[in-house]
Amino acid sequence: MSQLGTYLLLFGLVVSCYGLLAAAVGAKTGRFALVESARRCAFGVLAIVAAANATMLAALLTNDFAIRYVADNSARETPVFFKALSLWAADDGSLLLWNLILAGYIAAVAVRFRRDRPPTFPYALGVLFTVQVFYLILINGPARPFASLADPPADGRGPAPLLQNHPLMAVHPPFLYLGFIGFTVPFAFGIAALLAGQGSDQWVSLIRRWTLVVWCFLTVGLLLGALWSYSVLGWGGYWAWDPVENVALLPWLLSTAFLHSVMLQERRGMARLWNIALVIGAFSLMTFGTFLTRANVLSSVHAFAQTSVGPAYLAFLALVLLAGFGLVAWRLPTLRTPASLTSAISREGAFVANNMLLLAAAAIILLGTTFPLVVEAVSGQQVTVGGPYFRSSVTPVFLLILLLAGTAPLLPWRSANRSRALRRLRVPAAAAALVMIATAWAGVRQVTVVAGFGLATLVFVTSGQEILSGLAIGRRGLRGGAVRALVRGRRRHAGLVVHLGLALAAAGITASSSLGQQTQVTLKTGQSTVFGGQVLRYQSLHTDQQPQRIVLTTTVSVTNSSGETAGTLDPRMNLYPAATEPIGSPSIHRGIVWDLYASLISLQDDGGTATFRFYRNPGVNWLWFGGLVMALGGAAAAWPGRRRNSDDDQGASAVRKRAALEAGAL
Amino acid sequence: MRRRLTRLTRRQTRLLAGVGVAVAVIVALLATGLGRDPSVIASPLVGRTAPNFTLPQLDGPPVTLSRLRGQVVVINFWASWCTECHVEQAALDQAWQQFRDSGVVVIGVNFQDTAGAARSYVSTTDVTYPVVEDSDSSTALAYGLRGVPETFVVNESGRIVDHVIGPVDEAALVSEINSILLARAR
Repeated sequence: MSQLGTYLLLFGLVVSCYGLLAAAVGAKTGRFALVESARRCAFGVLAIVAAANATMLAALLTNDFAIRYVADNSARETPVFFKALSLWAADDGSLLLWNLILAGYIAAVAVRFRRDRPPTFPYALGVLFTVQVFYLILINGPARPFASLADPPADGRGPAPLLQNHPLMAVHPPFLYLGFIGFTVPFAFGIAALLAGQGSDQWVSLIRRWTLVVWCFLTVGLLLGALWSYSVLGWGGYWAWDPVENVALLPWLLSTAFLHSVMLQERRGMARLWNIALVIGAFSLMTFGTFLTRANVLSSVHAFAQTSVGPAYLAFLALVLLAGFGLVAWRLPTLRTPASLTSAISREGAFVANNMLLLAAAAIILLGTTFPLVVEAVSGQQVTVGGPYFRSSVTPVFLLILLLAGTAPLLPWRSANRSRALRRLRVPAAAAALVMIATAWAGVRQVTVVAGFGLATLVFVTSGQEILSGLAIGRRGLRGGAVRALVRGRRRHAGLVVHLGLALAAAGITASSSLGQQTQVTLKTGQSTVFGGQVLRYQSLHTDQQPQRIVLTTTVSVTNSSGETAGTLDPRMNLYPAATEPIGSPSIHRGIVWDLYASLISLQDDGGTATFRFYRNPGVNWLWFGGLVMALGGAAAAWPGRRRNSDDDQGASAVRKRAALEAGAL
Repeated sequence: MRRRLTRLTRRQTRLLAGVGVAVAVIVALLATGLGRDPSVIASPLVGRTAPNFTLPQLDGPPVTLSRLRGQVVVINFWASWCTECHVEQAALDQAWQQFRDSGVVVIGVNFQDTAGAARSYVSTTDVTYPVVEDSDSSTALAYGLRGVPETFVVNESGRIVDHVIGPVDEAALVSEINSILLARAR
């Protein structure tokens, strides 16, 4: 199987090299047959890479320890579910999945443009194949998932204990990869527009929906990562400002900025240079993030084991930055935009401000993440940048973003009719003020917390009000019902739904990051402690010997102050043979407002005494729900309409019209 | 293409140069991070007396390190589930065969393993040097083990003179042992 996998990967590389050449020559010479053969290549690469993934899966499931990756990441006693997950549990295997998803995206592009092809299509295909060739080289040389062992062991090591402790591992990495790798498509079309010399606006309408889909995947991926951290790691939090979390957030911030500024270019022909820079920036940051994570440069809980892929990633990053921004500099004259801001207080002005703020947040996070690297390179000293830096510097920026999200949808394009905007702001502002007063009344004295709740309310009420007024207009209309109004203004309404989700998530983050409580207690069996108005009693310890691990489960009963029982918590400790330390599993009572969260820290006297850490976290479920609403809103915006082609035609004709106008103006 | 290039304005040229310089700086900075190899971090134990242990052999009487004073001892921590250990196994066995009559002992310390798996590993891979079980990991803790394989070389006066993280290289191990034996001969 080792040989089959190796040959498949080599074959995949050869086919994608052909695809790259055919697309490049086709783009240069304009020969249709070449471009068509490159387009079909995409399906071949997908089939080959899928077969390679299937080979590895089969090797994992059949305990083929002659393959080193299998011996390192699986064992006979590993449950079948986690054996399958081992496919992406370590660096080499996850590159197989990475290649598969990339090939899937290229095939999706090939399907989407099977008939109507923009002139930039051959160039975009070439860029896509270039990226695929890089990742296939990576997996054929520096990383070798199918490397074999001359002397296979009788049993494997098993997956890393932390990764076989929770089924969320099944979905978090694939979603994150779908989000990360998806940026290749907007990047490819952006570069294609530059290569073809088309600084025009067609490429943005081509990729707006792709970017939305990618944004949704990345949102869900980040959310699942936070959920995994919260549900598995047992520290009571969900975001630790760990370098790898940060570098995943950076492309999300940039793509969010792009999804807003793209409207400037579509509607007003503004921000050409800005948009192309954002797309290249998002892809560069994604590449930078993979470099940091996989090249073992930073220490992080996510860092893969030491591999030799570092220099290859670095070379690719250099290529992306040079080619991307070099092309921008070269094509600068075609990227100048004729239109400019007519009024700062307008929708355009708000989009510009929103982009500045999102970029500022990204810059702050990038600085904090790479600062240790810079210091070590310069002075040789090791430093870490922790949560306090990020929290104190990013919070004001995020609050300003909320302020914009709560007011900008009320502003009209071009110039503001201020009295009208102010009139529509009355209800949201009043609601926000009420919430802020109530929060302060309840005893909260931190300004950022009061502001956080107030601004979240502002965003929520503004978005809700705008959706409802859209519905009302529809209801009054002669032919259209409310549903029809929703569908007609789908892009706007979907965007407002994303803002609703943002408001919920912001409220949840504000609450959980500042109003939580925690305590650490050591209890003998039968002893109890009072925490947050509830009595927590350590009842018993239960030992369960499973094939691949030993599980020590404690039972903690929860009683309300009124004396009624409110269930039990069962935080656990898992002992894996290949781990030096036990891995804890927290137990969580999830509630609409409060989560009661218990972690088992240690056991003494054969379980006669146990040390627990208890947390009461408010609003965590608002974050999960809000994030889900954001992703659903994004999906609704990306969903193809019934008259998808005419929709695109409209965009294209608007572009043509504007081009004609510009030509006339000149 | 050439026509366009000749038409580059001064601003474009300057921008292109700026992009080039910026990328070079970023790459140089990141490359310094790549240069680090965590396995070459100097062990605080090198130069100190090796922590003593008495551990039962898989099949044989217990082994006590302090009783081996006067001999060069190569202590190798390994596990049957560790693939890197397979890689270095031949090198260790070679060193043992080559130097066992010159006062050199190789000891395999089995780490976080089951006796059955360890025995089958030893029999299938023909390990000939003595193998002991560190069933409660106390010896691994005393040596500050970070993972397997790790190898410590102890000289005849009981001091740790070398610490290798990851699989040992046969040539390096042989030359290390040779240099200790040579120093003793003088």
